[in-house]
Amino acid sequence: MATNKTTILNLPEEELVHPGNRACAGCGLSIVYRTGLKALGRETILVVPPSCLTVLQGLYPIAATQLPCLNVTFASTAAAATGVLGALRARGKTDVQVAAWAGDGGTSDIGIQALSGACERGEDFIFICYDNEAYMNTGVQRSGTTPQHVLTTTTPITGKHQQKKDMPAIMAAHGIDYVATASAAYPLDLYDKIIKAKTISGPKYIHVHTPCPAGWGFSARYTVKIGQLAVETGLFDLYEQENGNFRLTGASQKLLGKKRKPVDEYFATQTRFKGLDTEKTRAIQEEVDQKWAAHEKAAAGIC
Amino acid sequence: MHIIESGNVAAASGVQLSGAQVIAAYPITPQTPLTEKLSELVDAGELNAQYIPVESEHSAMSVCIAASSAGTRAFTATSANGLLYMNEQLHWAAGARLPIVMCVVNRGIGAPWTVWNDHQDAMSQRDTGWIQLFCCDHQQIIDTVIQAFRLAETVRIPVMVCYDGYILSHTYMPFDIPESAAAGRFLPEFAPDWALDPACPANLNTVTLPDIRPNVRGETAPGYMEIRQNLHDDMRRAIDVVADTDAEFAQVFGRGGNPFIEPYRCEDAEYVAVAMGSLSYQLRDVIDVLRQEGLAIGVAGLRLYRPFPNRAVAEALSGKKGVIVFEKAVSYGYEGPLYADIKAALYDCAQRPAVHNYILGLGGREIKTDDLFDSLRTSCGADAPEAREPAFVGLKI
Repeated sequence: MATNKTTILNLPEEELVHPGNRACAGCGLSIVYRTGLKALGRETILVVPPSCLTVLQGLYPIAATQLPCLNVTFASTAAAATGVLGALRARGKTDVQVAAWAGDGGTSDIGIQALSGACERGEDFIFICYDNEAYMNTGVQRSGTTPQHVLTTTTPITGKHQQKKDMPAIMAAHGIDYVATASAAYPLDLYDKIIKAKTISGPKYIHVHTPCPAGWGFSARYTVKIGQLAVETGLFDLYEQENGNFRLTGASQKLLGKKRKPVDEYFATQTRFKGLDTEKTRAIQEEVDQKWAAHEKAAAGIC
Repeated sequence: MHIIESGNVAAASGVQLSGAQVIAAYPITPQTPLTEKLSELVDAGELNAQYIPVESEHSAMSVCIAASSAGTRAFTATSANGLLYMNEQLHWAAGARLPIVMCVVNRGIGAPWTVWNDHQDAMSQRDTGWIQLFCCDHQQIIDTVIQAFRLAETVRIPVMVCYDGYILSHTYMPFDIPESAAAGRFLPEFAPDWALDPACPANLNTVTLPDIRPNVRGETAPGYMEIRQNLHDDMRRAIDVVADTDAEFAQVFGRGGNPFIEPYRCEDAEYVAVAMGSLSYQLRDVIDVLRQEGLAIGVAGLRLYRPFPNRAVAEALSGKKGVIVFEKAVSYGYEGPLYADIKAALYDCAQRPAVHNYILGLGGREIKTDDLFDSLRTSCGADAPEAREPAFVGLKI
């Protein structure tokens, strides 16, 4: 349990991501990355597939980060992390952390085979999926984690028909010791989860909800607000699953026993939800209510 | 030490002597016994390497790319569709200038499925930026694996060691396993001049612009095209390094001396058959008989396919009356890829031989000695037809 929660006052001041990088205005990832690297620290090797992060990191020969980073092919992130770990073991270097950072497509679609294989092998890395819920770097195409009904450039008229893939649950099904979710809107919660992940051996998976102004259709100044709304409406939950034990954390934990904001309050803030009508919204609200009824039961110890 | 073992075990012994530090393995026929043997060596403590049983060939090459980027000697092996599944990773490894060594145990490609030998797998990866060496027997497999690491690390270009599936991989032959100490002298520990390291952070393989760009110190950094030219130039220079590596290997172990082409009865030959891999040795028996019949013929086994040793090829074949290229691959819609390359290498020769092309042995179709006789007799002599199209040999329908 994160009893010593990090606050803005004791967050490390050293910045490992340079300002003036190539992220879009209001980019949720820039919050996540800035915070995440503070938590990871300098003794870290990063592995990054093509994604928004590739752009954020800058164009050769200039880099936006102060950590060693291996850019790899789209499908290979977790396998590449495996290779770095193998080399570190071969060289007897045990004090270096390997952290993979991939987008939702690079994690749950094209990257899932390598990630599943690496988890089955028990590779000792932290895998961070920043989920902006579509292929944003290529211009907002649907991905496995795009929520239902969302308009993207490949679901342009009737929206995405399928459900969002529950990637953290898939990762938990691998039986790995640490699976967590986090949000760009709650960077300190993310920070503490990465700090905890560093203390656990084996594969660690952190799935970070990452609002994207350009892809979701909202003004760049509302990134944090919208990330918070996703949590406050109960649509995206902050949790940890440590050694199989599930518990809500942070802002989601505080929602237990309280009235959540209605989901349409979240949907109204973004143009990607324009395809939603009252009936579809009601169905989603019902799903969220059912999910939370289960959360309430679990928190009360009722199985 | 001389032993009798399979070609796959010869390769594994070469990897053991080379001190590979990270081995990525995914099973595919007919390569599998090689990585099985390596797992046994690692498990028995006879090879101090990280053995990583990945979930695909794509990941196997990914592990090698990352392990090599992090400063270790990396090895994997594959065949056929496994090699093709690696395709983007092969380009990536060469583009990132990583001295990975991989055995390609040559096998035909589906569809339809085949597990038997031809060279279509390696030939289809010709332009990935890898050095490609072909072996003719088990001794060459073990020797070439050891040389490949030294060559790769000298020029910082990955190397494929290709040998015929089943014909070499699964047959047993005597070969010499070099002494470990001598192998260590020939191939010192991997000492890369850069590697992923938190003490000296670098962002590797980032997006690179079409144009040149200054770095933070104001020095000009290359654009994408300069980086590509650099790889090409170094590949061309690697031809000399292949020769140097072979010469130094010969000095230590007393074997080698034919870095590009292994000639057999070629000196006074009017006609020369050309092939890669075990086929070039099979052709020797045929050539011996034809010699007895009075035909001045020899065979040239091509060892180095990429970079293409065009000068050595031109030197070896210039002035001959005829060159007969036998190959186990085809560039669909044109001709055999080796045939095309050999013709191009001969273009500048004052006396260009007639060059004939026979495609054979695809998907393991047996290469009959009679077929080789027929092809050579047809293509040699005053009344030989001028070849225009490649001929498929050994067809039964």
